[in-house]
Amino acid sequence: MGEISLKLNGKLETKDVADNTLLIDFIREHVGLTGTHVGCDTSQCGACVIHLDGVSVKACTMLAKQAEGSEIVTIEGLADGDELHPMQQAFHENHGLQCGFCTPGMVMSAVEMVTKNKNISEDEIRKGLEGNICRCTGYHNIVQSVKAGAAKMGG
Amino acid sequence: MNEVTKIDGIGSSVRRTEDKKFLTGKGRYTDDINRPGQVQAYFLRSDVAHAEIKSIDTKAAQSAPGVVGVFTGSDIAADKVGGPICGWVVPCRDGSSTKEPPHPLLAQGKVRFVGDAVAVVVAETMEQAKSAAELIDVDYNELTPVVDFVNAEKGTQIHEEVPNNCYFDWELGDESATNKAIESAAKVVKLSVRNNRLVPNAMEPRSALAEYDSLDESYTLYTTSQNPHLTRLVLAAFMFAIPESKLRVIAPDVGGGFGSKIYVYIEEAVCVWASKKIGRPVKWTADRTQAFLTDCHGRDHVNDVQLALDEKNKIIGLRVDTVCNLGAYLSAFSVVVPTILHGTLLSGQYDIPAIYTNVKGMATNTVNVDAYRGAGRPEATYLLERTMETAAKEVGMDPAEFRRINFIPKDAFPYQTQVALQYDIGDYEPHLDKAMEMIDYSNFEKRRAEAAKRGMYRGIGMSSYIEACGLAPSAVVGALGGRVGQWESASVRVNPTGTISVFTGSHSHGQGHATTFAQIVADKLGIPMENVEVIHGDTDKTPFGMGSYGSRSLASGGSAISKAVDKIINKSKKIAAHLLEASEDDIDFKDGKFVVGGTDKEKAFSEIALAAYVPHNYPLETLEPGLEENAFYDPTNFVFPSGTHIAEVEIDPATGVVEVVDWAACDDFGNLVNPMIVEGQVHGGIAQGIGQALLEDAHYDENGQLLTASYMDYCMPRADDLPSFKVGYTNTPCTHNDLGVKGCGEAGAIASPPALINAVIDALSPLGVTDMSMPATSQKVWKAIQESQSVAAE
Repeated sequence: MGEISLKLNGKLETKDVADNTLLIDFIREHVGLTGTHVGCDTSQCGACVIHLDGVSVKACTMLAKQAEGSEIVTIEGLADGDELHPMQQAFHENHGLQCGFCTPGMVMSAVEMVTKNKNISEDEIRKGLEGNICRCTGYHNIVQSVKAGAAKMGG
Repeated sequence: MNEVTKIDGIGSSVRRTEDKKFLTGKGRYTDDINRPGQVQAYFLRSDVAHAEIKSIDTKAAQSAPGVVGVFTGSDIAADKVGGPICGWVVPCRDGSSTKEPPHPLLAQGKVRFVGDAVAVVVAETMEQAKSAAELIDVDYNELTPVVDFVNAEKGTQIHEEVPNNCYFDWELGDESATNKAIESAAKVVKLSVRNNRLVPNAMEPRSALAEYDSLDESYTLYTTSQNPHLTRLVLAAFMFAIPESKLRVIAPDVGGGFGSKIYVYIEEAVCVWASKKIGRPVKWTADRTQAFLTDCHGRDHVNDVQLALDEKNKIIGLRVDTVCNLGAYLSAFSVVVPTILHGTLLSGQYDIPAIYTNVKGMATNTVNVDAYRGAGRPEATYLLERTMETAAKEVGMDPAEFRRINFIPKDAFPYQTQVALQYDIGDYEPHLDKAMEMIDYSNFEKRRAEAAKRGMYRGIGMSSYIEACGLAPSAVVGALGGRVGQWESASVRVNPTGTISVFTGSHSHGQGHATTFAQIVADKLGIPMENVEVIHGDTDKTPFGMGSYGSRSLASGGSAISKAVDKIINKSKKIAAHLLEASEDDIDFKDGKFVVGGTDKEKAFSEIALAAYVPHNYPLETLEPGLEENAFYDPTNFVFPSGTHIAEVEIDPATGVVEVVDWAACDDFGNLVNPMIVEGQVHGGIAQGIGQALLEDAHYDENGQLLTASYMDYCMPRADDLPSFKVGYTNTPCTHNDLGVKGCGEAGAIASPPALINAVIDALSPLGVTDMSMPATSQKVWKAIQESQSVAAE
């Protein structure tokens, strides 16, 4: 056991957790933010993607301990109060989600991708989402959403 | 409340009202829910496919840190808890019925597949439960596993009750007429196809959280279900013998289903049982490997097809002999999928005077096989549309023209097929024409030639499918062996201010019912959509309902809502007549207002609602106060969506990679309530079909070990595997429901595999390739190219 402190959606969280606690379990179980999901156990599906110091990371694939002192943003921290982030709004307008389970990871991946590449092409979006699996949408509307989100974000 | 004239009603692509919670991380899935005092369940699963259990020693596990209980099959047997049941059986050719072996919640005496649950450990944390499970010692006497279902008859018998490992041997159609047609045919086209085994892979793994309340001796179960009322019925009536009122089942937000969350699995039942035994809430959530091992799989057929043609290339007969793999135990709808939902679809869009099919359902030491998006209909469509394409090529006709001359003509509806179904309506040439136009079919050869210059093989393939969805009516379902009704329920409650609460028996796990159903109500009542709330997924709130599967929600559930709203309007007219001092017959209802015909006297819907709940001026002698109506709707027939999908591919001979370069889907779903949502359903269905055709394959080795039990090994379609899709529609409204709607959820998965495989074969046809099995992986395609080139070199 050991104490871990990190900033989660702008709020300092200090918890005493076992050394082998995964970051995803720290977020979901110890802090109680359940918007970030677990869809696999091999780091493939991307339902658990969060931002760690501005970089998109699969929270199932690192220890909470490794995130000590970092700044984490999860899907719950993306909107500005009641106002959706432009990427969230784009997913809504373009029907980029169905069951919603992969959505938090998709949106977090998309935001980072577009932040790094404002003029992102369809091909780059498809390749960029390679680490996020969706079973509902066939990706068509997710790609449209990311394109629209990029435009809203100033692409 | 606002009364507005412009509403986002039927036919509008209204943005989904459920989106915001999902986009902000506020969705509430089963694993997100925690109860005070909760403990975790972990299932110890068999690591061998077929064995007798000689002994189980749980002593060390019982005293491991954090453990609050360890249970095995003998504990379940001692409490006389039943197992999952089969919801549909069919008669066999020899006059016997389907063989239904018992399926205990935890293995009793024998394990029958890798993943079969042997014991459950309940502990304070999941980690403690897992560690304790490792201390359980199971001594197995291993038996030869049966994996090859085609030859399962000769294998070791898996169940005492199932001789020759054959659950059923079923037939449909006129065998003698069909054989005569084949004997007298100008040409018989023969084809053997395999429908590969798939794993549904909803992104949310299955999960259950059960809590027992000792004060009123009742249970609450949160679970990942597509149909919470059926779950409650099976658990209460068949497993625990308790009144339904003592069990509340809540299916909160559910992250996809695709069929895999229809059934009651052993895990949720064990959680319910253990919650009372231990006296604390018990939670279980599958990891992905458990999902691969224990979720029901789909498809897994081999089909031998004979298509008889006359000298004018008209079809005169079709015979299909099918063997299918149903796995270790019969799941709820295992039996109906390859029989009723498969055999009855064999006429497709074609006028076929004689059809016969025989289906053998086999037991193997693999996990159960049941419904997966399309359920039987993709298998029927695949064999038929592969055969149609093959036949067209063999007789030297364009595949589109060959289909066209065999289509059921539009003036032949209602059309009685030779395999039990009567299609109420359809018109097939328009969607064929439109799909061809969308993909620029007429200029395809130019594109093929251009690709050839680049060293690429380009091909085009189509599939004209029919789907039967919204199973009904219940009497027919019963006559065909179904043990459930197939109606749907709705309760529409008008609140005093005129807002509406709609309680539906359907369940949304991605389909957007909160939006679509609200559109129907808003449209019919002429009120703003935001005044309509849709409630589903809780047996304490909604009327008994059948849930969502088989593309039934709109046709059955939407129609039930429509009928309940009609009752609301009828009662409202009576109230309005009283308030307006007019005869009920003179009241017209339009745009949310009740008007005395030919006058300017009117009452808004909200005024009627208020009068119903504050009945100071109200016909209490003849009319009850309040404004709430129920409807149970049992459709008079299936609905029959149809369409044509055309795929265009390019194959790189250096790698064998098949790139889907274009896709045109033109579907007839009848009237569309929300075209945006429908289009999303089509996209998702096509993606799953492309996955089946190119990437996905659940593979067991000869020992019954599932080699594809993770996303590292089972190839899910990803964003860069798929193209964008062109989607179009034709419309022949359904004749027997008020909304004129059909179903759209499964169409893409039904239509797409044969279109894509036909395109792959067409691309390789210059090399002499005439067949290709699913999935057409790059390795398989590359080998086919190499082999054809070496044949050419000889």
